[in-house]
Amino acid sequence: MILSAKYELMRKNFRNFAETEFTTEIQEQLDREGGFNWDIWKKMAKYGFTGCKIPVEYGGQGGDTLAYVLMDEEFGRVCPVLAIYANTPNSLGGGPLLACGTPEQLEKYLTPAAKGEKQIAFALTEPGAGSDAGSLTTRAVADGDYFVLNGRKCFISGAPVADYAVVYAKTNPSLKGSRGISMFIVDMKLPGVSLGKPEEKMGINGYPTSDIVFENVRVHKSDLLGPLDKGYAVALSTLDGGRLGMAALSVGIAQACLEESVKYAKERKQFGKPISYNQGISFMLADMATEIAAARELVYSTAVAKDAKDKNASTMCAMSKYYASEMCNRVAAKAVQIHGGYGYIKDYRVERLYRDARIQTIYEGTSQVQQIVISRSLLK
Amino acid sequence: MAYNSSDISAFQDIWVFCEQREGKLMNTDFELVSEGRKLADERGSKLVGVLLGKDVAGLANELGGYGADKVIVCDDPALEVYTTDAYAKVICDVVMDKKPEVLLIGASNIGRDLGPRVAARLHTGLTADCTHLDIDMTKYIQFLREASTIDVDSVKFKMEDTNLKMTRPAFGGHLMATIICPRFRPCMSTVRPGVMKKAEFNQAKADAVEVEMYPVSIAAEDLRTKVLEVVKETRKLVDLIGAEVIVSVGRGISKDPEKGIALAEELAAAFGSNAVVGASRAVVDAGWITSDHQVGQTGKTVHPRIYVALGISGAIQHKAGMQDSELIIAVNTTDNAPIFEAADYGIVGDLFEVAPLMIDAVKKVKEAK
Amino acid sequence: MRVFVCVKQVPDTSGKVAVNEDGTLNRASMATIINPDDLSAMEAALQLKDETGCQVTAVTMGPMPAEGMLRELIAMGADDGVLISGREFGGSDTYATSQIIAAALHHLGVGPEDVIFCGRQAIDGDTAQVGPQIAEKLDLPQITYAADVKKEGNVLKVKRLLEDGYMTIEAQTPCLITCVKELNEPRYMTIKGIIECYDKPIEILDYPALQNEPLIDPTTIGLKGSPTNIFRSFTPPQKGAGQMLTGTSQEAVNELVGKLAAKHII
Repeated sequence: MILSAKYELMRKNFRNFAETEFTTEIQEQLDREGGFNWDIWKKMAKYGFTGCKIPVEYGGQGGDTLAYVLMDEEFGRVCPVLAIYANTPNSLGGGPLLACGTPEQLEKYLTPAAKGEKQIAFALTEPGAGSDAGSLTTRAVADGDYFVLNGRKCFISGAPVADYAVVYAKTNPSLKGSRGISMFIVDMKLPGVSLGKPEEKMGINGYPTSDIVFENVRVHKSDLLGPLDKGYAVALSTLDGGRLGMAALSVGIAQACLEESVKYAKERKQFGKPISYNQGISFMLADMATEIAAARELVYSTAVAKDAKDKNASTMCAMSKYYASEMCNRVAAKAVQIHGGYGYIKDYRVERLYRDARIQTIYEGTSQVQQIVISRSLLK
Repeated sequence: MAYNSSDISAFQDIWVFCEQREGKLMNTDFELVSEGRKLADERGSKLVGVLLGKDVAGLANELGGYGADKVIVCDDPALEVYTTDAYAKVICDVVMDKKPEVLLIGASNIGRDLGPRVAARLHTGLTADCTHLDIDMTKYIQFLREASTIDVDSVKFKMEDTNLKMTRPAFGGHLMATIICPRFRPCMSTVRPGVMKKAEFNQAKADAVEVEMYPVSIAAEDLRTKVLEVVKETRKLVDLIGAEVIVSVGRGISKDPEKGIALAEELAAAFGSNAVVGASRAVVDAGWITSDHQVGQTGKTVHPRIYVALGISGAIQHKAGMQDSELIIAVNTTDNAPIFEAADYGIVGDLFEVAPLMIDAVKKVKEAK
Repeated sequence: MRVFVCVKQVPDTSGKVAVNEDGTLNRASMATIINPDDLSAMEAALQLKDETGCQVTAVTMGPMPAEGMLRELIAMGADDGVLISGREFGGSDTYATSQIIAAALHHLGVGPEDVIFCGRQAIDGDTAQVGPQIAEKLDLPQITYAADVKKEGNVLKVKRLLEDGYMTIEAQTPCLITCVKELNEPRYMTIKGIIECYDKPIEILDYPALQNEPLIDPTTIGLKGSPTNIFRSFTPPQKGAGQMLTGTSQEAVNELVGKLAAKHII
């Protein structure tokens, strides 16, 4: 897609920021030690990246979906985990609030999230329930002006650094499947909220992930988000946007893999000439570039479709996530292959990119869940 | 008679603005006076130094020793420390009065503040940061023969041309441009420090120098800026320009910058006493070394006897600052690094492995002698 | 108070520099960037805006596409932009350029509290002359090589770099300051800034708009009016190819040091 001057300028700005600020030292430290880099977070907040597609009236920048995917792509091209920093408040964190927050809730929670002053985690997954919402076991029981929450959420990205969590809990057990579920915005400092140990992950180290445990947590009814018993529908609409962001991130990771591979193939000499002279290598590069271009076009046109409120946008989001994340893994595997033994050691960037790529087909709905979403829209 | 910068025939003599700081002349002054002497001889005119300051007349002889026939001294308490307004006014007053044909100024942070201001007021051209000057056309043609790819013999030159031909690098030295100022006088040029060769000091000429005390008129309202303090940085600045041997480090030291710099220091010391450590811009930008070590377009232009580049890829900005070194040795892991194009000797390898071997080998040779 | 920032669009010489056969720069093949020192000048102006809420105006002279650069500066935080553009201005040397920019600033009106910021020098010409010459043409005090700028009322206190230290200089507004990269770290654009920059005003000043300015004299602007001319431009000859020393590191070092010793270099 030929981008207008405005979007080209956005890309240039995102790229410049990422290439300057996401230094190799920071990336390697995060990968090695995990944790969270607050300095980068604050810088992202300063330039409004944490509020990229949140409306100006709620402290955001008022960008559209195309601006948002360009950010995820360009940040992901330099450092996938830092791309997630900027992505979260715009998608899973801010999405449910934007979808159904009251004016008071928006002011109280969304504005500080957009400005990067507070962080919001998205707590849906449970040990026994991921995409299968019907198996959700976290309960919220009304008690006067409060709901009392009990349950356990797992694999919650950003939980250890979150100020608030959007929590999905069953409020009406008599309703089956995805019905009877409500959303709450829970202050992580409330009595009864505790964290599990941060998970040790294969990749995207530097954005901590842990369980959140709720034991008789009293949440005021003003923090019920959206209509009672109908929270899951909102969750699904939020996942749409998040999926597209993850698709863009996949394109960025793949682009980084391609660039590293082209550079290496030209530098590395075997049998007296650069390995890029071998078609076994150069054709791999051609395949990588072609697949990336295809995924990028799909992501951009989905972004435009989403902003135009096109009826196919939701399906296109699933297609984008499915195609781009699978593509990203094919490309990352080829990148390591081209690098040979060097691709398997940490001195070379593709080693980390390969590990970071692996989660792309899993979180925010696995490829198989995307296939379900896509096929349902075909067969309905 | 009113001053008219386009009345070319009214102008004569070669002038050099001689910068002093804290009552001491700068090395650049001697370089410029030496160069100015050559130009004055080519033109058959006088070489005059212009010296501004407080109680500085005593410095005139030294300028004479490097070739000045005469020194015009403007002595005033308001000229003790450089201010744009005072210096520009005094220089313009003297120039308008005496009309020199050429005015050379050292391209220091002060010269580059003063030069443009003066040129604009005098309504004449100024060429910045020159590295080569000619008046005589035969000499200029000879310079082109050596320093350019121009097929000199196929070009027709006006041999009677007496404009000052001011040559300067552009775009990091990839391109050279010779600039002239044909319609106005004086021809003004700021000259890059460290480029022009200093002549032998001549005591007889020093004793013979003519000194003219030129009366200064500076009113309080002429001065619109006030110098509150002048601070010398206490840290010792590295004398890259005066060094005989420079061992420079680049991004190649990134896996252990401290050790990389230590190796460079050790190798420099092995080569000799007047040897220092230089650095590429990447190393300075990363904060591993202070900017006074920087060689290149934005740093210093050096031409030591030996230049060793350790782990420097050789961006053209860097090459611009060191490619005129007499002998260049490059060590880099990448065999097609551009630095090898500038090098006399190249070794493909990791500096952390090669440099210790070089230190040992150089030491052994020195001990054997 | 209004702050004017003079900026220049330059070819990005940090990558490969493309030179034509005839020794001129192949500008078409090179990307353009905002001159780095000018970005620091813009940041200095924006910091004053953060403190005082003053208006910041980016001013450039160049061909019409330089408008894109002004949009970027507005996206960083400038309030408006002025593009001085006209065939009559083409080919100007530093003298003529400063004459035209000074005329434009005079046309816009430099008030008693105003400040003009420039970058120290542009990476294409490296002359560092246009800033001081604008100051001269407008008869304003100048402070060059600024590495720190503080404003207290109408007084500016500036740390001015020297090769071996620095001076602290005080000046009254209006004045002109040229900035070095060490002054600050230029900010990025914001997303909101990028969205809005296309709706902000950019004034185009062409020759007819400026011709009545006293500083605009047809004999001192443009190529014909420039005091300096390029007599000749050329490329330096490539140094003869050096010698690559092969073998193990030890073998290569031995050969090197052997050669240096044989030539009495060490």
